[in-house]
Amino acid sequence: MFARRNLLVGLLLTLVACKGNQPAPVPAASEPAPEVKKDEAISLTGAGATFPYPLYSKWISEYNKQNPNVKINYQSIGSGGGIRQITANTVDFGATDAPMKEDEAKQAPGKLFHIPATIGAVVVAYNVPEVTGTLRLAPEVLVDIYAGKIKKWNDPKIKADNADAKLPAKDISVVYRTDGSGTTAVFTDYLGKVSAEWKEKVGVGKVVNWPTGLGAKGNEGVTGQVKTTPYTIGYIERAYASQNKLPMAELKNKSGKFVAPSIEAMSAAADAVEVPEELFVSLSNADGEAVYPITSYSYLLVYENAKDATKGEALAKYIWWGLHEGQKFSKDLDYAPIPSKVLAKVEVRLKELRSGDKKLLSGA
Amino acid sequence: MRSSYARRKITDIFVRSACVAAALVALVPLVSVLYYVTSRGIGGINLDFFTELPKPVGESGGGMANAIVGSLKLVFLACLFGIPSGVLAGVYLAEFGESRFGKWVRFSADVMSGVPSITVGIFVYSLVVLETKHFSAFAGGVALGVLMLPTVTRTTEELLRLVPESLREAALGLGLPKWRVTLRVMLRTAAPGIATGVMLAVARVAGETAPLLFTAFSNPFWSSGLNEPTASLPVNIYNYAVSPYEEWHRQAWAAALVLLLLVLLLNVSARLLVRSRVGAR
Amino acid sequence: MSVVHEVSPLIRPRSKILTRFGREVNWGDFVFRRATALLAALVIAALAAMAAAMVHGSAESLSKFGLGFISSRVWDPVRDVYGALPFIYGTIASSLLALCFAVPISLGVAIFLSELAPAWLRGPVGFLVELLAAVPSVVYGLWGIFALAPWLRTTVEPFLGRTLGFLPFFQGQQRGFGMLAGGIILAIMITPTISSVSREVLRAVPSALREGALGLGATPWEAVRVAVLPYARSGLVGATILGLGRALGETMAITMVIGNRSEISASLFAPSYTMASVIANEFSEATGSLYLSALAEVGLLLFVVTVLLNIVARLLVWRVGRLPQSGRL
Repeated sequence: MFARRNLLVGLLLTLVACKGNQPAPVPAASEPAPEVKKDEAISLTGAGATFPYPLYSKWISEYNKQNPNVKINYQSIGSGGGIRQITANTVDFGATDAPMKEDEAKQAPGKLFHIPATIGAVVVAYNVPEVTGTLRLAPEVLVDIYAGKIKKWNDPKIKADNADAKLPAKDISVVYRTDGSGTTAVFTDYLGKVSAEWKEKVGVGKVVNWPTGLGAKGNEGVTGQVKTTPYTIGYIERAYASQNKLPMAELKNKSGKFVAPSIEAMSAAADAVEVPEELFVSLSNADGEAVYPITSYSYLLVYENAKDATKGEALAKYIWWGLHEGQKFSKDLDYAPIPSKVLAKVEVRLKELRSGDKKLLSGA
Repeated sequence: MRSSYARRKITDIFVRSACVAAALVALVPLVSVLYYVTSRGIGGINLDFFTELPKPVGESGGGMANAIVGSLKLVFLACLFGIPSGVLAGVYLAEFGESRFGKWVRFSADVMSGVPSITVGIFVYSLVVLETKHFSAFAGGVALGVLMLPTVTRTTEELLRLVPESLREAALGLGLPKWRVTLRVMLRTAAPGIATGVMLAVARVAGETAPLLFTAFSNPFWSSGLNEPTASLPVNIYNYAVSPYEEWHRQAWAAALVLLLLVLLLNVSARLLVRSRVGAR
Repeated sequence: MSVVHEVSPLIRPRSKILTRFGREVNWGDFVFRRATALLAALVIAALAAMAAAMVHGSAESLSKFGLGFISSRVWDPVRDVYGALPFIYGTIASSLLALCFAVPISLGVAIFLSELAPAWLRGPVGFLVELLAAVPSVVYGLWGIFALAPWLRTTVEPFLGRTLGFLPFFQGQQRGFGMLAGGIILAIMITPTISSVSREVLRAVPSALREGALGLGATPWEAVRVAVLPYARSGLVGATILGLGRALGETMAITMVIGNRSEISASLFAPSYTMASVIANEFSEATGSLYLSALAEVGLLLFVVTVLLNIVARLLVWRVGRLPQSGRL
């Protein structure tokens, strides 16, 4: 019968799929692997922030070249998603830009460590054809633009800091993020620090009630809008601005200097802030002349006590590698490496990772 | 009399031209989208794309081989869950569906077609992923199958209803039991149309991203069997398209092109299969 | 038990079990009916399970906001205050707008393909229209950002603003992104569904009806209008409802072009926000049980809106005419 034969074909295909695919040959390591592992295949899953995804996928690929039996699968479903999945134990590690809140941490079945893995910056990109140099924006100006108080590009407040720019008499088209995002959290954190009124009226968080502007989805949505619509301003991760060759505004930091979002300026911000015991802290509006004011850490979330010793050990070793060898890939991908003072503290924390009574990292 | 005929003729010509215009209007966005996808994607199509695993940004030669296989796996699973149940549910509705129970089923199918794919994904996540404590292709297949179900059910029902009763009566008159008549005669006659409905459903789920994010997850490596997270073309397209990198964008467009071609292939082969069984119409 | 036998018991005795449990005369029919009923019940079960999960998930938000959730315009995750009115408006308005564009065009295409087109053209054109369904949602979104929105901003919206600007629908800042872009993209996405199913429905109409009308002197369009369309009515409405369902639930593509601002405005140029979009946008990042609960409630509301629109559609069909059910003439 028509149905019967197809059913048989279907069953055959199911069996074939179940037997699995032939894995593609992994390119052999071109140098002797630093850690020779047992041949047992280990796969780890992680989920979370979108921001560090390019860096983590580079780490995973490089680490897999050196340790072919360790396969790590990281997907960017959002910081909130990462927190939820690690809490539900469906993944082995999480990643988030904004640290977990206390009530979130309480819901986890075990103690979770925040491990600062990399540093990124939120930049203010703009599209004003008449302006050829770099725009300079003071914090109050930025707040007023996003609050809708400054409406035109040739407003005297903007002119004050940009004497030689030919600012046109056009309306400013403000763009914000509609989807919940760490980028918004970092940006509003900064705005909240420089303006008490913003903190009170609008607030700080991954999603806020924006007073004015148009919403776009994702960093790429904001980038797309800024790129295609003249007289638009938007906030995005640094990588998006530099990859799409969008001009980035110089922001006045706490010490009064206008600083461009360079890797050095991001590192300066990290150097300027003391990292507390919990290993998470806000880097925005830090003190220092060379500091770029909208900088932030991105964290990995790992359980202190791993249920599976083999997986836990593999994960601990991978994170250790990421915080040491992995840092050299940061600059090319628009991230800043973790400063050495912070790294020392992170190493101590990583050595606390255990499975049961056994410490997972014994002097790696 | 003559003026009335002239008026009718003019109406006829007007409506017919309007239909032609409608067809043209419907094709304009298609041409535009195809142009976009092809012009931006063709550059990324090479042998590597079909054979290599994804590479991180900055390294050349990456591909989406695992995503292509993953999508095929997921679509296959979706069909396994969605087509038999959908078609048979549609058969029930057409044959026995005038009861109150039938009305509820029909209503449920219509309402279900309006549930956003992300809600279905979240639902299957809590049903399957939280229970098994890991993401899997199986969960992804279930989510896509649920998405297919209403379309397949309702299309089957509507098309079965349209098969003329005379066929049924003739078959019954020849002594076939009712169930045989439905399956062998009525269903077979309606099969090409049902195949269209099924293909519409398949085309839609093949391109769905949101439900897969929480069920099949994704995978930079090969996934074996059905119990591991698996890469898929739509998720990769989404991830690459929202990244900052030009070369990932190109790969995303290339993947979109491949996905389109894949769905086309499925479409054409399904049509041919049905036509070979029930004869061309 | 029913005493009506399809086959006289003198010819073939019925099994006692069959007599007890149903009307069927043979095991095949018995199993067939129950097996298909089981699968049909699966449809209800799946929907009921989803509805139950949504109600369960939104319990916290329901108890906190009650009916105010539907009438409030404030959506503020920082202060944990939520109201879904702008999203309800956005969803209904964009879906209805999409139907306004899509239904005439899809019907036109379906009639063209089933009645008017020469045989050599039918295959290719039909195939192309179905190809529209194969384009992934995210690709439509990208196309919308890079092709549709700029075109609307530079060509269509200024034109509409100049000619019809006195109507409230065409006022306000023209950005390309907004309700109009959302409605158009949805229309493009549901056209293949409505037109393909409609075309199959029209093709299934027995040609005797069409020929009869033509034989009586009708013009081709009149034959379609008088003989074919009424016969196919239920199928066409079913096709439209499938399209409407797709429009209500569409997430990715519409999020990328509709502007995502929770405000209610009559203007088609203004940005808007749909329920599916807000869930998709904020779910991955949402933390905090009230926030998640509010999002679940938005999902539940979307569900309710779908149910209501379906009921309205059915009532419309029922009111417009009680013609004999197709296939049962």
